[in-house]
Amino acid sequence: MKASEDRSSDRTPASAAPLLELRRVSKYYGDSRVLNDVSFELYRGETKIILGGSGSGKSTMLKLMMGLERPDEGQVLIEGVDVTTASERDLNLLRPRIGMVFQESALFDSLSVFENVAYRLYERNMDEEEIEDRVERILGFVGLKEAINQMPSELSGGMKRRVSLARALAFQPKAMLYDEPTAGLDPITSRKINELIIRLRDTDDVSSVFVTHRLRDAFTLASQYAAEADGQVRFVREDGTFCIAHTRFVMLHEGGIIFEGPDEVLRKSTDPYIQKFIA
Amino acid sequence: MTPMPFGPKAAVIEVQETALLAVRSIRGAFRRPFYFRDILIQMDHIGVGSLTIIMLTGFSTGAVLTLQSSAAMSRFGAVGLTGSLVSVVLVRELGPVLSALLVAGRAGSGMASELGSMQVTEQVNAMRALGTDPIKKLVVPRLFATVTMQPLLTIVADATGIVGGLAVAVGMLQISANLYLSSAWNGLNYYDVLGGLIKPIVFGAIIAVVSCRCGMRTEGGTQGIGRSTTQAVVVSSVLILVTDFFLTRLILLYTS
Repeated sequence: MKASEDRSSDRTPASAAPLLELRRVSKYYGDSRVLNDVSFELYRGETKIILGGSGSGKSTMLKLMMGLERPDEGQVLIEGVDVTTASERDLNLLRPRIGMVFQESALFDSLSVFENVAYRLYERNMDEEEIEDRVERILGFVGLKEAINQMPSELSGGMKRRVSLARALAFQPKAMLYDEPTAGLDPITSRKINELIIRLRDTDDVSSVFVTHRLRDAFTLASQYAAEADGQVRFVREDGTFCIAHTRFVMLHEGGIIFEGPDEVLRKSTDPYIQKFIA
Repeated sequence: MTPMPFGPKAAVIEVQETALLAVRSIRGAFRRPFYFRDILIQMDHIGVGSLTIIMLTGFSTGAVLTLQSSAAMSRFGAVGLTGSLVSVVLVRELGPVLSALLVAGRAGSGMASELGSMQVTEQVNAMRALGTDPIKKLVVPRLFATVTMQPLLTIVADATGIVGGLAVAVGMLQISANLYLSSAWNGLNYYDVLGGLIKPIVFGAIIAVVSCRCGMRTEGGTQGIGRSTTQAVVVSSVLILVTDFFLTRLILLYTS
């Protein structure tokens, strides 16, 4: 992980093409429409939190961004490259630029923690020593150095989620997609995961899309930031003097985006569904 | 997401998808990256792992076949030809078909359930997200391993079958080992052996492609995995039996 620079600078979205873009995308499963004419952009340095109830199409949106599924209408672009028409082969070259943490971790259960995290590095035929070095560093970052030789079945749910995070980070992606990374975890473990995500955003400058239906996590992400001083990372609650400008909310309802903006606007929204959701 | 195979449209789509998977994995077998380690693991699992059950089946089939055929042959006073009958039936038909059915039950079900649980727990998607083509990483090694191991397993089944027959012939039917073996050897010609080795290659491909396809299309959690596993065994077994008929017809057409 590279050291943080002054985090207030360099936070404006680059004017270049967005890292990820959905252009008027619709997706059907059978006869039911899961996403309806959705447009979405993620620029460098941005964090977008996608909120929505179960079945609102949140996970589908992530899978589309990753090119794991293809839209029925509209376009999906990764770094300006249209993936809608790209071949599976070209997609395999594009996908590793983005890391993804799956809902149930999706660790390869026949491989150890080390092999899971090193998976992509071995695929790229990296030097053995370099691989070991990097895997240890990343596992240190998520606080799981001692579990390096364990098998996924021996890990708790929270540890699995962190290994999954480490695996996605191994290839230093420019953007991370989190599919309900705290679902089913206790508050303390969730807090740990959220802190890791905040650190990645604030000290390592990784853009991210965070899908959740848990408001608590969403507001934690929007209201806290990581500050690094003397090699120590502290998590600071936003106190009005500092605004986490590039963390925005996107609200999905019945396959369409009904809100997009910062948290203070979301809290004041008069839309009846949003009011019910955040109540 | 594919619908469950009900109705003619779904059936056609399923056949198309399976054919597509076969084409993709054959193409994938010739393109980098290659997963040699996975191929070796699968060869060990499918080949070496199935050895015991193949030998057991081969031996008992040969033994029973000898018992039955010697009884029939004695009616014509041709007990001396028992060895020929056993070897021809084994090498041409029973060896390839029985070992294919066994591998379908043992390795095919394993493939479908393993790939099925990987699909259900999103490991397949995670693999794709990390930039690996699951066809190359998961399907090609299984296809390659089954296609190469199936003929070898068939040879083992044939050989143990003939040995099983020998044991019965010598131990119970008072046929001399010399007579039985020379009759078995003389009964076979080059085309019997060739045909008996073409069949397992085709059967191996059927088992791997059908089982992998069943596994990859799994949906609906644990129940779905069970369904895929059953489907893999049933579909590949039926296909093996049906293909066997047409293959036999083809081989006979070209060799006689």
